[in-house]
Parts: sequence; structure tokens; C-alpha cells
Amino acid sequence: MKGPLDYLARWPLRLWLAMVGAFLYLPLLALVVFSFNDSKRITVWRGFSLRWYAELFDDGELVAAFGNSLVIAAASTLISLILGTLAALLLWRFRFAGKAPLEALLGLPIVVPEICLGVAFLVFFTAIVPWPTELPWPLNLGAIIIAHATFSFSFVALVVRARLASFDGALAEAARDLGAGEWLIFRDIMVPHMVPGLVAGALLAFTLSLDDFVITFFTSGPDTITFPIKVYSMVRFSVTPAVNAASTLLILLTAGLTALALWLQGADIAKQAA
Amino acid sequence: MMLQRPSQAPGVFGAVGLPPVVWLFALFLAPLAVIWTYSFGENRTLVDIAITGSWGNYARALKPLYLAILLKSMGFAALTTLLCFVLGLPVALAITFASRRAKLLLLVAIMLPFWTNLLIRTYALMAILRTEGLINAGLGALWGLVPGLPPFEPLPLINNNFAVVVGLVYVHLPFMVLPLYAALDRLDRSLIEASLDLGAGHLATLWRVVVPLALPGIVSGIIITFIPALGAYLTPDLLGGTNSQMIANVIERQFRSANDWPFGAALSFLLMYLTFAALMVQAIISRRSASREAAR
Amino acid sequence: MTKGSPIIRFEGVTKRYGKVVAVDDVNLEVREGEFFALLGPSGCGKTTLLRMLAGFEVPSEGRILIDGQDVTQASPNKRPVNMVFQNYAVFPHMSVADNVGYGLKVDGVGGAERARRVEEALALVKLDGLGSRRPDQLSGGQRQRVALARALVKRPRVLLLDEPLSALDAKLREAMRTELCQLQAQVGITFVMVTHDQDEALALADRCAVMNRGLLQQVASPSDLYEFPASRFVADFIGSVNMLEGALVVDEPDHAEVAVAGIAQPLFLDHGVTGAAGTTLWLALRPEKIELHKWAEAPPALGDAPAGRNAVAGTITHVAYLGSESLYEVTLPDGQKLKALRSNLTRWDQEDFALGEAVWLAWHACSPAVLLS
Repeated sequence: MKGPLDYLARWPLRLWLAMVGAFLYLPLLALVVFSFNDSKRITVWRGFSLRWYAELFDDGELVAAFGNSLVIAAASTLISLILGTLAALLLWRFRFAGKAPLEALLGLPIVVPEICLGVAFLVFFTAIVPWPTELPWPLNLGAIIIAHATFSFSFVALVVRARLASFDGALAEAARDLGAGEWLIFRDIMVPHMVPGLVAGALLAFTLSLDDFVITFFTSGPDTITFPIKVYSMVRFSVTPAVNAASTLLILLTAGLTALALWLQGADIAKQAA
Repeated sequence: MMLQRPSQAPGVFGAVGLPPVVWLFALFLAPLAVIWTYSFGENRTLVDIAITGSWGNYARALKPLYLAILLKSMGFAALTTLLCFVLGLPVALAITFASRRAKLLLLVAIMLPFWTNLLIRTYALMAILRTEGLINAGLGALWGLVPGLPPFEPLPLINNNFAVVVGLVYVHLPFMVLPLYAALDRLDRSLIEASLDLGAGHLATLWRVVVPLALPGIVSGIIITFIPALGAYLTPDLLGGTNSQMIANVIERQFRSANDWPFGAALSFLLMYLTFAALMVQAIISRRSASREAAR
Repeated sequence: MTKGSPIIRFEGVTKRYGKVVAVDDVNLEVREGEFFALLGPSGCGKTTLLRMLAGFEVPSEGRILIDGQDVTQASPNKRPVNMVFQNYAVFPHMSVADNVGYGLKVDGVGGAERARRVEEALALVKLDGLGSRRPDQLSGGQRQRVALARALVKRPRVLLLDEPLSALDAKLREAMRTELCQLQAQVGITFVMVTHDQDEALALADRCAVMNRGLLQQVASPSDLYEFPASRFVADFIGSVNMLEGALVVDEPDHAEVAVAGIAQPLFLDHGVTGAAGTTLWLALRPEKIELHKWAEAPPALGDAPAGRNAVAGTITHVAYLGSESLYEVTLPDGQKLKALRSNLTRWDQEDFALGEAVWLAWHACSPAVLLS
């Protein structure tokens, strides 16, 4: 029996939800479906085929680009995990002059439009601190790695800080009472508590890096192609279901990683809400 | 937990404080500062830029040609935000009052497209909107079923302003729903019940009680939809025509083909100032209603 | 509608949440003009019943009638009923006057008329002149009055109150209790109140419904509930009680005798009990009805029962001094404990009935309430 506030049970709202859902999901579903199209066309269905996926794996450039993206993501995740955790610890533990401005500053990378960051890094790495070209792989990806780490470590700090908020300070005091010093307290008491936040933050940073287009577009040189950039040129110039296939794979990867991160944080969010 | 002063644990303070702060200053603020100085510069030779301290670039940015693009970008962003609000408010309402299990499902369902790559989402829309895209193909097939009609003219659904707005709404809708939901969820249900009890209908209650009290969340949603929409690059690039350019596309051109970095820098900073202005508006509104809530 | 005739009727009302039965087949009548209380421990279903009356929950089974009309499916904004919420639900973004006038505005009442009625309502709850204040400038008690005024200004047929006094501190609670009583008399509307505080219910209500686990236990006036409880639950829930379990040995039209373990002689009651000999029943004996007598060889005789009856000897094992009265716990030879309440009519004298002292407990033949369940 529905009460007066049981809005979801009313059909106008259900219809609206269905329409919005269709709007959001149909294009994506069409994209995934047509990645199996046995034809060069992406809107006329011919038959089921896996040939585009096979073609992806044959495309050397694409595979290399994917490899680049993975390396960049891994490296930048590591850096932003360290920086973000340190920043979270700083804000969680200390009270100092300039804390509020620092917190605002830490939030800037999240708010500044991507294009502004992109051009800033472009200028920085070509004119000011030129990243040496002709570096062996993977060092030639350094500029992109630095750029990714910079914009993602604020997110990591956010996530880790949320996790730290639920830390019971009495545990650290008990450890100190038993004789442990700073480093041991950190390693044995705090890190285990922070692990879900660290993992969630790492997954978030990894996804952000893997997905990024604009900043990478501006920071990369001609010989450092990443996966989204390669897909972009495919979209622009050679539209075949191969693009659909590449997109489907990327969807699966990022959706899976994010679901994992949310699931890890979910227990935390639920506890905080209680 | 008591917050410590740096003097109480200087070693730890330095260890945790220095790396992020140094990185922020050296690799975030510094590049931005460089761009900022460039905005006051001029192209001397093909590779040299002299910082002359002139406001010429900003003046040029406000000339009719570029001002029009700036205003059009703001218009697109505003229209996108409005459409997202209209589409998203009922969704947020439905989620707020759903059962616990349905709530989780709906939230994940709304967020899943958000976690999909922007490029892919835009590409998916392209396939739908193109001249040979799914919509036109479907319409064409239906058209062909009716005998005696002239040949089907595909609708121009792409490479124009319409496609850009549709694309922007498509990409930013989840941005709007979440803060709306968060604000609605925090609302005291007994206030809605009281309004109904006193004789108001659902729409009147929505307008008189829910929206005024959820205003900070609504403003949040508006701001975090407006700002990314304003600075969008990929969507107008892939879905827009030559006269649907937004400010990010113009900026990109300055740094690539046009090779006018100072001008591009000025444009970038104009975009950033707009962003900060929007944020300040939001901060003012949220502080005003936070004080009202705290006194309750 | 003549005063005293039923204005609200619950017919077979049941509410289920999944497997949980919150309200179980409740049949109840509320009469016009009365102050009615729904009383019970938390989780007993009283709030659910109130919310179904207001329209915020829909019964799984049964009907609710107001003024003879079936309102079971009607939405809350269409019922002639207004509610004062437990947390008051005063709109924080509107002034006091706008809050009180909200229901009138929604009904389309014009500005001047609305302002007049708002002033009237504010005066009724003693908040005159505070119309332009905002809720965050008011105290909790004042906000409650705003909620009251807001509900009353619409002149509903019934006013619902959800735990109206629970959020107030003790002194304010007492003052508010008197005020609510006077308000109801003044306005003449039927009030239905939900509370878990039996003092509140007994003090305010004309009639009271006691609920437990979704079931209606008893509906009666406060004095009837206290003196003539219908079940052990009601006897135990309202006030404190000594529950004695016994077997019926004699049953005559004008008296009965019940054998209780630990008490030598069967208890003598001054009325008959319809039941077969040997039936188990319970006697609810309130502490204030037990008299304490100093130890003597012979048990005290109160004159309304054969000698040696309605009396038992024991030792005082605990004394609780409560100011206006003292509560004595007396342990009988078999280990049973009985509670006796004695007014401190004279200034406290420590020597009067001290800890460890042997005493006689005695009561009148009419004092125990007989309970069959």
C-alpha cells in the first residue's frame, strides 16, 4: 500500500525515470551492440562477429597506446597516492596558520577547468621546464605522468581524508602508551585502518588517469600516444566498429574499477550515515 | 581527536606537509602562474614570447568575435544546466523517496554512465545523431513504410548547436542528480508531511517547502554542472559545426594551429575567472543557509 | 454532531510492514470533544495508528471513518484533521506568521482574513506579537506553540498530537500539561494524543487506549485504567503494582477467597468473582493501598474481612525516600517481595519503619483488582 510520500510508486515518475534511463543508456547499448557488427558500418546491423576485437589486438599502435596508458596510470596513481595520503594526514592531524587557504588550494585542481590545466602544462613542459625528448620508454611519458598525478592527488586526498575521519584516536594513544613511536604507530595502527580509503583512492586515481583526454592531449608529444587519444583519432578519421570495440573494452575496464572503488567505500559511507 | 600544532610534532609535520605542498606550488601553481604571465605577453617571433605587461590580449578577447563565442559558451552552459535540472529533479526526488534497495540501484544506475569515458559517451551519441545515424536510419525506415511520400530527408541532428546541447546534457546529467539527491535526502521528512497535513498538494509542497530548503544543494548541482559545461572541449569538437564552437575550442586553436599563446593564455584565464565567480556565488548562498540551519 | 457521539471510528484496522504486524485488528471509537490518549510502550503501534489517522500511512486492512466518512484512502491534505508533529516541523525558512498562516494560504484564504486569524491563533497559544520572528529565534517550547497555532488555525475536526511533551524539560512539561488541558477545553475540538508517558496520559486524557505489540489492551478513563485494569499488562504498565498469583478457593455472590503462595490465610475479597474453584487468577494490589503496621503478635484487622485475613508479616529490606512519600520493599518469609507506599504525613522520622524492621502489611478487602489474564 503506498503512502503519500511513496513517489517512486507513482506512474508519472516511473515514466520519467524510464525515459531518462533510456536517454542515458541507449546510446551506450547501441555502441556495445554494434561493436559486434559484421560490417564496416556502425549503424546498419549485418551479423554477429568478433572480428573488430581481433583487429584491435592486431593494431600495433593501439596496443602500444594502451600500454602507454597503463604505465601512465600506474605511475601517476603511485605518486598521487603518496601525495594525497600525506596531504590527508597533514590536514587531519594538524592545526596551523594557513590551513584554510591550503585546503582551498588543494581543492583547486578539482575545480579548475581541464583545458586551463592542459594548456598550463603544455606551456610548462615545452617552454619553461622542457621535458627532454629522446628519452627511453617509459621516461618519455614523464610529463604526462606528472600532469596526471597533479590533478588526481586532490581526489585521493579527499577520499583518504574521509576514511581518516572515522579513525579512533584512542587507538593511537593506546599504542603510544605501550611505547610505540611515530613511525610504528603509523605503520601498525593507522595504515591498516586507512587501507580501504587507500585502495579506493588508488582506483579513483587510476580511473581518472586512464580516462583523461584533454590534459593528456595537450601534454603529450607526437610520439607518446595514449589510449583515449588513439581512440579520438579513430573517431575523427576512421570510424569503424573497431572504435566501438575499443570503447566497449574501455567501458568495461573503468566501470569495473569504479564499481570496485565504490564497493570498498560503500561500507564506510554507510557507517558514517548511521 | 585533538588537532596538534606543528610545534608539537615538527618532524611529522614536515614529513607529511612538505611533499604535497611543494608539489602543489611547483607543479600546479607554477604552470598556472606562467600562463597568467603569458596572458600579458605578446608574440615576438615564432618561438619567442615577450612579457610586456599589456592588457592587449584581454582586450582582444572581449572584441565582438570572441565575446560572441564567450557568450555563446555561457549560453550553452546555462541551457545545459537548465535542461539537466528539469530532467534531473524528478529523478532525484524519485531516488530520495525510494526504498533502501531501490535507492542503491538507482544511484548506481545514474552514476554508471558518468564513470564511462567522456570520449566514448560523446562517440556513442555521434552514432545516434549522424546523418546515417540510428535516429535517422530508424526514421527513414519508418518513412519508407508509408507509400507515396517524397524521399526521406535525414534530419540534421549533428554538427550544429542542437547536437552540442544534447551532448552537453547527456554528459552532465549525472553531475546534477547527485547533489540534488544529497540535498533532498537531508531534508526533514516531517516538514513535507506537515505541509501535506495542512492542506497543500504535492506540487505546492515542492515549490513552497522542498525547493527553498534544498536550495544550497540545488545551487551546488547547478554550479557543478555549469562549470564543466562551460569549459567543455570534446563535446563541441566532435558534435559541433563550425559555428558551434565553444571557448575551449578557441583556446585549443591558439595553442596549436594559430600559435598565439599569449592570447590563448588570456582566454584561459577569462574562463578561470568565470569559474571562480560561479564558485563564489555558491559559497555565499551556502553560507547564508548554513547559518540558518545551525541556529535551528 | 452531538457532543459525546463518536467522531472517529477505527474498524478492524491492521497495518503490516512485510512480516511485522504493527497494528493488529484495532476497533476503536473516539468521541467528539474528548481528549483521547493512545498510550503504550515504544513499538506498540500507537504512532502508526495516529499516522494512519492523519493519512501518512495506509492501513493494510480495515477502515477509518471521520464524521461518518470513510477516509481510509484519502490523502492527508484532504482530511479534516491536523497534526502537531513530535519535532514540531516548523518551517525554518518562514516567519512565525507565515508558518501559522500556511494552511490558510493553501486554502486560498485572503490576506486580510488570514492575518486576522493568524493573530487570533497566536493569541490563543500565548505567542501574540511574535508573528514576525523566525523559528531559529524561538525556544523549543515556543516552537511547539507555533506548531499548535498552525494546526488549530484551520479549525480542524480533530487535532492530533505526537508525543507533545516528550521534548520538554520537567518544569516546562508540567506547565504545558495544564495549558494543553485548558486549550482543549477552550477550543472544544477533539484531541487525540500519542504518548508513552502514563503520567501525561492519566493527567490529560478523558479516555485512554492502552496498546501493546499492535493490540488494543483496554480503553477506559484514567481512573478506570488505574483502579480496574483489564489485564496484567495494563496493571503493570500503569503505575506500579504488586502482582499476586493465586487460586480461587471460594466464590460467593458477595465475597470470594483466593489462596496465594506465601500468604498463610487466603485473601478475602469483598465481591464475587465468576469462575470455577481452582481457577488461576491474579490480584493486582497497588502499593499505596497496602498499610504498614508495627509488629504485634496478632495481625492487624481493618474491619472489612475476617480476622487474620488480608494481612501478612515481613521484614523491611529496602526504603526509598521519595520526599512526599516513601516506598518500602518488604520481604515475606518465603522470599516474595511486596512494595508498600506510605505518605510522609508528618516530618520525616527515621525511626518510623526502619530498614530491617519486622512489620505487618494489611489492606482492605476492596483493594485488590482481580485479573483473569
